[in-house]
Amino acid sequence: MLVKVDRRRGAEGFCSVSELAPRGMITLRGDLSAKKLQAAAMAAAGVKAFPGRLGAVVEGERAILWFSPDELLILCPKAEVGEALEKLGKALKGTHHLAADVSDARAIFAVAGKSAREVLAKLTPADVSPEALPAGMVRRSRLAQVPAAFWPSGEDRFEIIAFRSVADYVFELLATAARTGGEVGWFAR
Amino acid sequence: MLILHCPYCGVMADETELAPGGEAHLRRAGPESSDEEFMAYLFERENPRGVHFERWRHALGCGKWFHAARDTATLEVFGTYPAQVTEPPEALLETIREKRPGWQWRDLK
Ligand SMILES: [Zn+2]
Repeated sequence: MLVKVDRRRGAEGFCSVSELAPRGMITLRGDLSAKKLQAAAMAAAGVKAFPGRLGAVVEGERAILWFSPDELLILCPKAEVGEALEKLGKALKGTHHLAADVSDARAIFAVAGKSAREVLAKLTPADVSPEALPAGMVRRSRLAQVPAAFWPSGEDRFEIIAFRSVADYVFELLATAARTGGEVGWFAR
Repeated sequence: MLILHCPYCGVMADETELAPGGEAHLRRAGPESSDEEFMAYLFERENPRGVHFERWRHALGCGKWFHAARDTATLEVFGTYPAQVTEPPEALLETIREKRPGWQWRDLK
């Protein structure tokens, strides 16, 4: 059963669950092996590296997440989206690509605490062990019944994105999975 | 429970991350085809108890379509391969020949 929780206030259990302030999000599709696109993506995101398959280059609020062989999600402060899109448009002019502001499509959450992996493991079929999902990687999968993506964003902390239309549902899922008394201790062994 | 290796993002994807896309390697009957050929293209599908070739989409993951060869009776997965081919790779067929001597699927054996 889902617990009644207030998404605006966050939830405290054996891990804390919170919704983060709106983040700038840009979908970039194109030839990810092209040096030109890699440089443009790094400049737009404001990060110093480019991710490989399943990779996540995360620097605070900024990130490049590998979404598929021809798709990235760029994260940046919301106020910088316009500028980042302009940079991409200029750098990739004449190159087959697509760059779109999708900041309003998804909500972003954080789960923090020693057993943060456990909260995710209760909700997704994806392998979220430290070996399968170390820092520097991202996994697109599902949380219960809806699509989501998650990546380590620091020691014992994950960031999670899901479609905004199901943000309440996702928040309640995470809060329920993180309830005190629900610890399993699987990854602590 | 079916777990398929996605050839695009490389993860072992649980069945619940995937969307089924029906039989693999269908060839569209074009405008010159007879009514019988077009009907076969639209409606006639293999439904074997054993070796089968299917299309799957990593819908909740990287979003890409790919192919899978598996046994519908045992759920053993022989392999997965990219979508941009019109027939299974020879190495995969060889694996299936070893594991299921005498198998046949449409004109493959
Ligand atoms: Zn995939």
